Parts: sequence; C-alpha cells; structure tokens
Amino acid sequence: MSWVLENLDVIAGYTGSHLLQAIPPILVAFVLSLPLAKLANSRGWLRTGVTTTAGLMYAIPSLPLFVLLPGLLGTGVRSPLNISIALSLYGLALMVPAASDAFRSVSRDVLGSATAQGYAPSARFLQVELPLAGPVLLAGVRVVAVSTISLVTVGGVLGVPSLGMLFVDGFRRGILAEIGAGVVLTAVLALLTDALLVLLGRALMPWSRTSTRPRTRARPRTQAQTQPQTGPQTQAGSPSPAQSNAGRQS
Amino acid sequence: MNGNPYLEAFAWLGDPTHWSGPSGIPMRTLEHLGYTVLGVAVAALIAIPLGLFVGHTGIGKGIAVTAAGAARALPTLGLVTLFALMVGIGLTAPMLAFVILAIPSLLAGASSAVESADPATVDAARAQGMTEWQILTRVEVPLGMPLIVGGFRGATVQVVATAMLAAYVGNGGLGRYIFLGLGSQDYPQMIAGSVLVIALALVLDLALLLTQRLTLPRGTRPA
Repeated sequence: MSWVLENLDVIAGYTGSHLLQAIPPILVAFVLSLPLAKLANSRGWLRTGVTTTAGLMYAIPSLPLFVLLPGLLGTGVRSPLNISIALSLYGLALMVPAASDAFRSVSRDVLGSATAQGYAPSARFLQVELPLAGPVLLAGVRVVAVSTISLVTVGGVLGVPSLGMLFVDGFRRGILAEIGAGVVLTAVLALLTDALLVLLGRALMPWSRTSTRPRTRARPRTQAQTQPQTGPQTQAGSPSPAQSNAGRQS
Repeated sequence: MNGNPYLEAFAWLGDPTHWSGPSGIPMRTLEHLGYTVLGVAVAALIAIPLGLFVGHTGIGKGIAVTAAGAARALPTLGLVTLFALMVGIGLTAPMLAFVILAIPSLLAGASSAVESADPATVDAARAQGMTEWQILTRVEVPLGMPLIVGGFRGATVQVVATAMLAAYVGNGGLGRYIFLGLGSQDYPQMIAGSVLVIALALVLDLALLLTQRLTLPRGTRPA
C-alpha cells in the first residue's frame, strides 16, 4: 500500500496515457461503425461477410496484432499510436455487427411512416432511425469501451506507457501492491466509463429508461449466429454478435 | 533491421532449425494448445454446471450477469503477473488466470443456452411428465447447444490470447518467440511468433465455429 502512496504521480501519469490510448479508439469505432453498418445492411451477402470478418478479426490476440502493425503503419512497436490503431480495429470488429443489429432492430414500418410524413433521408436517419437504434448502439459502445480500456494494458509488455506498466514494473521488481493497484485502477476505469455511458444514454434517450430491450422484427436470428451474452447490458433472449465476443480482453 | 521485416520473418519461419527440438515451433505450438485446452477444460468443469443451474432455475442470474460483466473489466496481464508473484514461477499462476478469464464466457454461454429454450417447449416437456433433470438434459441443453459451444468459442479466444502472456512469466508457448524477439531487438522473430499465434487462434476459432454450426438442432432454422 505504501508503494501506491509514494508513487501517486507515476500512477496518475500512467492513467493519463492509458486514457489517451483508450478514448480515441472507442470514438473512432463508434463513429465509423455507423456508415459501415448501414452499408453492410444494404446487401445481405455484405452483411454476412462483414459479420464473419468481424468475428474472425476479434479472434486475433491483441499482442500479435500490436507486433504486426508497426511494420505496416510505419509506427514503432513502442508507439502509443500503434496501440490505438490496433484497438480501433478491435472496436470496429465489435461495433460494426452491433450497429448493424441496432439498425435492423428499427421497424421498417416506422421508417416508412417517417418517409410518408415527408422526412428527407438525412433527417429521417438523424431524427428517427438513429434514436430508435440508440439503445442497441449504446449496448455495443459499452462493450467496446470496457474491452478497450482493459486491452490497453497489454501494450505494457512492449513498453508502451499505460496502467499496464504497473504490471510489468511490479512483476520485475516483485511489488505486489503495484500490480494490485494496476488491476484495481484498470477495472475501476473501465467500470466508471461504463457507468458514464449508461448515464449518457439515459440523458440522450430518456424513453429507454425502463427497458433497453429493442422492439424488433429482424431479431430472431439463426441459432448458429447467436452467442452468449456476457455484457452488463445483457438483454435476455436477444443475443447479438456484439455481445458474443464480449468476454475477451487480451 | 534492414530489409523488409515481414520477409525476414518468413525466412525465420522457413528455417528448418526452428522446427525441431524443445524450443521448436511444433513443441511451442503444442505447449500453447495444451495451456489453452487445460485452461478452458478446468474452467468448463466449474462454469458449465453452474451455468446450467443458473439458466434452469434462474437462481443467482443477476449475480452471474454482474460477475461476468465485472470480470470483463479485469486486465489479463494484471492477473497473470499478480498470480505469478503470489504463486511463484510455473504453470499454476497462468493457469489460475486462464480459468478465471474463461469462466465468464462459459457461464454466460451455458446459462443463456438454457434460457433460450422456448418456455412453451419446456412446459410441454413438463406436462409430458419429464423430470427437471430430463428437461435440462433432453430439451434445454440440446436446443441450446450452439450457445454453449459459443461460450467455448469466447473462452478459447480469451485463453489463446492470454496463454501468450504465460511466456512473459517464464513459461513456454508461442509467446516465447515474441518476448525473445523483444528482448533481443529481433523484430522478424516477433513477427514470426505473432503469425504463429494468430494462425493458431484462427484455426481454433474456425473449428469451434464449425462445431457451432454442426450442433444446431435439426428443425431449427439453418444458418
């Protein structure tokens, strides 16, 4: 415990660089997933391809990806940018199928009525489709956020500064408290971000406060595609691919 | 590090001296596979019965969901190094981490598999005089098998990735090449190790995906 108190500045520094590496991928994954999911949903074969690719992408362990990317990107193995780019890819692998599900959960009748009422395509998307897809999108972002924050630590073994450095340094020097502090702080950071997203969701989507369960028509998917839901956002009976791989952190 | 590191990595992979002996690629791959199978198997012994129980009875469902969510926030590297310091160098420490990290997916898979059975079907089975055990083993589990396999898929992905970190705390497995390369500034060797791990992870994932398709009960919609 005394190690923690004596090294608060070090811990604060690592927390800062941790967040700097984690937040951009979460944002990038969310923003890019929207057009990609719309595109994927426009063709059945494209959707299948995207979902399968995303699933396989997610099966790739993070450390090898951190190692492979620098040669392609021209970054260094120890560059935080490299970690952020790799994590954006993982974020997309989770978020694109989630967003695709989210848009599919919006009733076509509702979209048809909106068109009949004179909504222009862009207004219909922003004012009708996006809000209705919101709860499922939020569930996806929460998975991405928790997973990303936890994954940043893996960069520590390559020497990229983050809370993961507490594990590396603590292990080398045999300081249990240092590793413990890293584990607790990473988990707290992830859970705080998750809580923040829930609050944001309530503020932006007050109608979904009682239930985040989407009313769905496209939902009953084939059993082979449905997978267990491990997220805190679990909605009984409506598994989505986004939640399928959600258990993974390294 | 002159020249193309990717080409050098493939040259490294093609070198026959890297394919034999206790630190050769086949041996390291087997080690890695062994860690993964053992870790997932031990976790399954704990998580599958528990998940089936939670799914069938609904008891402790809230706790299971919360635990699975919270477990996801745990950093794998942190667990591996923490246990390594506490238990000492050896396989016990990473194995503890593998089991803890594999449990949430397996638990969620098993419980959601049971829950996914249509209540009308379960009621019909009960009305026909099936015991609760029969309902579980003859109705709920067969119907939910793809979800149970899905849990195994998630757990395997998790453990294959974490098994690399076992090398970091002094064990074998394919992670060795990455850390050896890191220590000696040998980027091609790191790439070669990475390619091997990725290949292993993808092969395992595809095999489980196929199993998932094959366990789809007849009569339900094909994939």
